[in-house]
Amino acid sequence: MQRRQSSKHSKQPLRVHDSNQTDLSAWRKEGSINTEKTVQNQQSLSDDSKHNSLEQAVRFFEKVQDRVSLKKSEGLQKHLSTVESIGLERGLPPEVFDTLLTVALSGKLADTVNTRLLKSLVPASVIPESSVVSSVSWLCVSKCTSNVQLLFLRWLITMFDFIDCKEQLHALYGFFFSFIHDEKLCPYVCHLLYLLTKKENGKSIQLYELKKPLGMQPHLQALLSLYKVFRPELMSITLPGKMKTYFKNSEAPWKAAINAVRRRNQANSPISQALCLGTTQPPSRKRKWNAQLIIPASSANTQNLVGNSEKNSANDFFPVEQLQAFTQLVENIHCLEFPSQMGSVLTNPLLLHYMNCIKDESIYLRLYYWMGQTLQEECTWCVVENSQYEQEFKDFLEIIYKAECFLQEGFSSCEEFLCRSLPLWDGSCCRSQILRLMSWIPLSSFSEMKSHICDPLAQLFFTSSLYFKCSVLECLKELLQNWLNWHVVRLDSESDYQFCSQNTTLSGLVDGIAELIHFVGWISTVALRLENNCTFLLYFILDFYEIVCDMYLKYNLPLLIMPPAGVFYPALLSMDSVSLNQLCYIMYRYRTNLVAAKENELTKKKKQQFKFSSQTYQEYNQYIIAMVGCLWTSNVFQKDNHPQGVRLDDELLKKTGVQEFKNSFNIVYHPAMMGYAAHFLQQACPDDPTFNFSLIKGKKWNWYLDYLYAQGLEGLKLFVESSINRVSQASQNKARNVEV
Amino acid sequence: ENADPQKTAFILRKQWTLYSVTPLYKFSSAHLKDYGRQLGAFIAAEKQKGLAVEVGVELGIKVAVSSLPDLRGSDQDHAAVLVQLSLKSSASRKKTEEKLVWSGWFCSVAGDDLSVNVLEDFTCLPLFLANGAESYTSLVGTWFQKTFDCCFRRLVISPLILTWMAALWTGYKVDKTSSAMELVFSVPCLPQPLDISYAIHTEDAKALWDAVQKTPGEITQEEVDVFMDCLYSHFHRHFKIHLSATKLVKVSTGIASAHCDGIIKFLQSQHLIRVLMLLTELAISQIQ
Repeated sequence: MQRRQSSKHSKQPLRVHDSNQTDLSAWRKEGSINTEKTVQNQQSLSDDSKHNSLEQAVRFFEKVQDRVSLKKSEGLQKHLSTVESIGLERGLPPEVFDTLLTVALSGKLADTVNTRLLKSLVPASVIPESSVVSSVSWLCVSKCTSNVQLLFLRWLITMFDFIDCKEQLHALYGFFFSFIHDEKLCPYVCHLLYLLTKKENGKSIQLYELKKPLGMQPHLQALLSLYKVFRPELMSITLPGKMKTYFKNSEAPWKAAINAVRRRNQANSPISQALCLGTTQPPSRKRKWNAQLIIPASSANTQNLVGNSEKNSANDFFPVEQLQAFTQLVENIHCLEFPSQMGSVLTNPLLLHYMNCIKDESIYLRLYYWMGQTLQEECTWCVVENSQYEQEFKDFLEIIYKAECFLQEGFSSCEEFLCRSLPLWDGSCCRSQILRLMSWIPLSSFSEMKSHICDPLAQLFFTSSLYFKCSVLECLKELLQNWLNWHVVRLDSESDYQFCSQNTTLSGLVDGIAELIHFVGWISTVALRLENNCTFLLYFILDFYEIVCDMYLKYNLPLLIMPPAGVFYPALLSMDSVSLNQLCYIMYRYRTNLVAAKENELTKKKKQQFKFSSQTYQEYNQYIIAMVGCLWTSNVFQKDNHPQGVRLDDELLKKTGVQEFKNSFNIVYHPAMMGYAAHFLQQACPDDPTFNFSLIKGKKWNWYLDYLYAQGLEGLKLFVESSINRVSQASQNKARNVEV
Repeated sequence: ENADPQKTAFILRKQWTLYSVTPLYKFSSAHLKDYGRQLGAFIAAEKQKGLAVEVGVELGIKVAVSSLPDLRGSDQDHAAVLVQLSLKSSASRKKTEEKLVWSGWFCSVAGDDLSVNVLEDFTCLPLFLANGAESYTSLVGTWFQKTFDCCFRRLVISPLILTWMAALWTGYKVDKTSSAMELVFSVPCLPQPLDISYAIHTEDAKALWDAVQKTPGEITQEEVDVFMDCLYSHFHRHFKIHLSATKLVKVSTGIASAHCDGIIKFLQSQHLIRVLMLLTELAISQIQ
């Protein structure tokens, strides 16, 4: 409890969602080495043992001198299967490739071992070029059998893109070329050369003479056609023009493992996953071509290239693909252009920053159309066929929400989507995403679409679980908070206020907020009855009112609304000290706000146009009479004058058979406090086992209060100190409530 | 109000798949030729993905982007844009021999509802119609989406709209005597798909519609409902089948035929613009 209270005081009006603000320093395109680090960092402790066994295995293979029989050597069996399982599951770290490639190609071990080794050489991140170069030298000395040579070449083709650098490999061009005469290796060598060939390699073409002895096989044709592109003057031959697949597929033995490793690494690294959304396509689906949930990659606008070459404007722009760091954004902000598809900004925090700076309506319009269409098309409960793609849709909504948090404002297409789809929503599909998106609905559109949002939401609210009810209250609290923050920010830049709020005047704002608070008051009252005044639910409701009670002072909004009796009384008579304490704190803040408002009214300063109605004061006074009468003066049954209050006839109360009914809700006897009272008595009068609560009076009453405050009931303390005027130390039991 | 029959002849008697398209950003009719070139390069690049570099082979596909100024409702509408893909014949004896393999066009007929809300940089051509292999539609659509930041969505036609089409098109005057009006219904929840085809003589349908419709030039939902109910009760009298319990999937008249999957075939150039106006309206309602 103490922690809650202390955080309350430090709470700033403008609370930015830290967790959703994207950390800029973290957002850089991951270099290959970084990826590897992230991956390793993510590995849990249990992985350490695997790491150790891999180290052992590598040390074993380093030391292998002579041919060891697989059948006879248990060590070999063990270490080989270690390499296999780690390689195929999570990929191997860069430092082990040198050793393992050397072993596999040096012919020390049997072919079955070499083959198994090669097949498990899947990189977790990259393959160092040096290890590839040394293995090529082993290849050239032909210590290994032709089968292993072949497998190695296929491995090299498949892993080509994983090699960290290819300069030295290019230098070995001639060595690879010499293998072209080997009939068996030729197709794979051609493929490898095809990957390696650069323009300068065209010079040394001795391929001419190859044509005749080798014939025109497709792999050779491919290589020749490449040479012809680079050196048309050296290649006079005509190649048949029909397109076909030139190369055999080499990746088969590793394909599954590479995919598995990639998926694993992506799952472990949130950053790379977010990036991937922007650049890769989801696994192919059998759907219509345009019905796919792809957030476009940010790429430069190709339209610059159209037609206006005379202006040569393309040079003046900084291409968005190259934008990778915040400093780049700042340096090039004058010559940046938005990507050709606005949807791509969602996954790019730098562009979101840029979007924040540029006030151009076309940006929002482009985003509006794209997002609106995508949301409608992909909605999993509006379009039946989509139901299997719920996860994707969830991720998409999540991304939108994060962008909204980043920009601190909602997207209008998103509001429209909520309006349209909420009546059809079952309340469970993508629940947390939908509720969070709701918290960014701007106030201006809320009043228009109240019926579209609130009616279906209330229906779901009343018929759903306790957890759902609490989530809805939480999201409505966020919504209120966002509106109030918006209001405060506008107030700070007063000049802008007129401009920005053309369609939201202050009175419009006040009305909208009042509507929301009344809505929450209504559903809270009903929910408390449905859930038997559940403490957990009450906590979320009171959390909402913690914002409401402070709107005047904290957010400079001339509006205060008291909670309905259906919330106030369950909290006051709650079985739980947490709720009671929370209520005390809220009533204390109401008092502070109302007093401040009254003072401002008297001094006739600002905001005369908005006076709190006398009804608000009246309601507050009714509640405070009930509260003081209940907790302190034990006269609530007589004094409570709220129509829904607990005023009861003495006759009726006597019938209950409860003795001392008058003080049965004061801070000693209140069911939420009795535990404290008992504990206090145990400490104050350890010799008296009878729990005589009536002993708590006079001096002990003061001690008891101090004891309660020490237990962290800060709200109670603030309430007692502010709202109860303790006339004199001599007559503490006679207290008078202060009415504002 | 009618387009030049010569220029729109290519539209008739072909099946067009309907799409709605959000406004095109920074599209300019002055650059249609460049767009054609770029789209051609894009298609060639996409087709060659994953293949080795080809040498000495001409790209097989030619792209032409042109304007169809006739196809619009008023001056407020942007002129329609036609995209055509043709395949050069592989037997390269004659260079002129080209075969049209795919065509698609963007148009807007009385699309003011959309264009008034849109900024200067945007071009509203909310209706897109494609004829040809879907793989080409996909390529062309992808390029447009990438280049003009727009969104394509299939435009399906609800049974309610189909009844409107049936009533509207019955009311249009046709010069030639045309084939009968045909309504196709599909019966839901059966193990085997069952379609019911219901054909009515054009004159009979017209007589019925004229009897139902009160004020010329103004049509209400009630009138459309009465028209359909009359047709249904007539059918029920003969076959004891309640067509109202089935789903209307296709309407064909002498003017055009429309399928609920969003496929349309125009049969008369005479009322082309009016049909397109209705389709534009549907496309806009899907965008907004």
